[in-house]
Amino acid sequence: MDDIAVRNDAKAGQDWPLQIYQTLKANGVSQISYVPDAGHSRLIELSHGDAAIQTTVLTTEEEGVALSAGAWLGGDRAVLLMQSSGVGNCVNMFSLAASCRLPFLTLVTMRGEWAEFNPWQIPMGKATRQAFEIMGVTVFRLDRPEDAEEVISAACSLAFESDQQIAVLISQRMLGRKKWTETK
Amino acid sequence: MVQNFTLARREAVKALLADRKDLLVVTGLGSASYDVFDAGEHPGNFYLWGAMGGAGMVGLGLALAQPKRPVAVITGDGEQLMGIGSLLTIATKIPGNLTIVILDNGHFGETGMQVSHSGLGAQLDVIATGAGFRSVTEITDIKGIHDYRPTLQRIDQGPRLARIRIATGHVDRALPPRDGVYLKNRFRENLGFAVT
Repeated sequence: MDDIAVRNDAKAGQDWPLQIYQTLKANGVSQISYVPDAGHSRLIELSHGDAAIQTTVLTTEEEGVALSAGAWLGGDRAVLLMQSSGVGNCVNMFSLAASCRLPFLTLVTMRGEWAEFNPWQIPMGKATRQAFEIMGVTVFRLDRPEDAEEVISAACSLAFESDQQIAVLISQRMLGRKKWTETK
Repeated sequence: MVQNFTLARREAVKALLADRKDLLVVTGLGSASYDVFDAGEHPGNFYLWGAMGGAGMVGLGLALAQPKRPVAVITGDGEQLMGIGSLLTIATKIPGNLTIVILDNGHFGETGMQVSHSGLGAQLDVIATGAGFRSVTEITDIKGIHDYRPTLQRIDQGPRLARIRIATGHVDRALPPRDGVYLKNRFRENLGFAVT
């Protein structure tokens, strides 16, 4: 029983970036910006491989908040991908989305919350939710791969149809442990 | 290092935006917003009143969404300096329809005229070239503005950056609307998107 559950979980775990990608497509997202993160690497690859999506690599996360604003002004739906360590960089720029009541959606891979090896990731990881909430961004959690489609779809509706600012925090547990030693 | 430039900012921006046609304009907070508003109110203007460092990226998102419309970001040296990395990001996307116009007086005007990095010697034109901008122009007089104006209408061969060296003299504020929701809805309606 346990063995089957583990295998199913692993399979679903492999599929969730694709499910997120397909859900974003189904919701009309046509711009994706990112600061690279290992947890987002598959979604970034899928985005770059799609000629119908403008994919933009950023030098710092708050650029993506402003990019999403411009995209919406021009009629596009945009999503920002980042790691929890970048959320603090965005705080003042969130005032743009709040002041203009702009749709905003970001998908954040979590560090510093589950089996973390690097203590420097912990402070921002612990403060991620609060950093969003102090600026009025609504926070969802995605803790199980099988919920990916439902959570991302709900987040898209709230952002793009109700003009809300939404962050989806993707559990570090879902991403798996980062390997810190090379095995050959 | 301090050089004296004499080009009046209001006159420069007014000349730059004369006969603007389909041009969409995003302004950086502070004096650049006042200059563009003073040149003539237009629903194709989106004035930032905050989000310092973000004007260029708002322009990029807009330019990517509206590739058939020319887009100009008009901002100050201080605003661009806060988002200096965005010049690298913009260059990677090669948006043919985007021009960044920096009104550069070498100072942070809104906060008491402290000397900026530009005033202390940083060369924003060289930085833009290094970032990969396809066209970089320095303008120091009104003739240069008139010569550059048709370039703002281009929707290919960007991104471009124009560094306009303006005088530091005091100019009274001209205050555009600052309700963000109004500015957003007005801008989108002008592009044909209904307010829902």
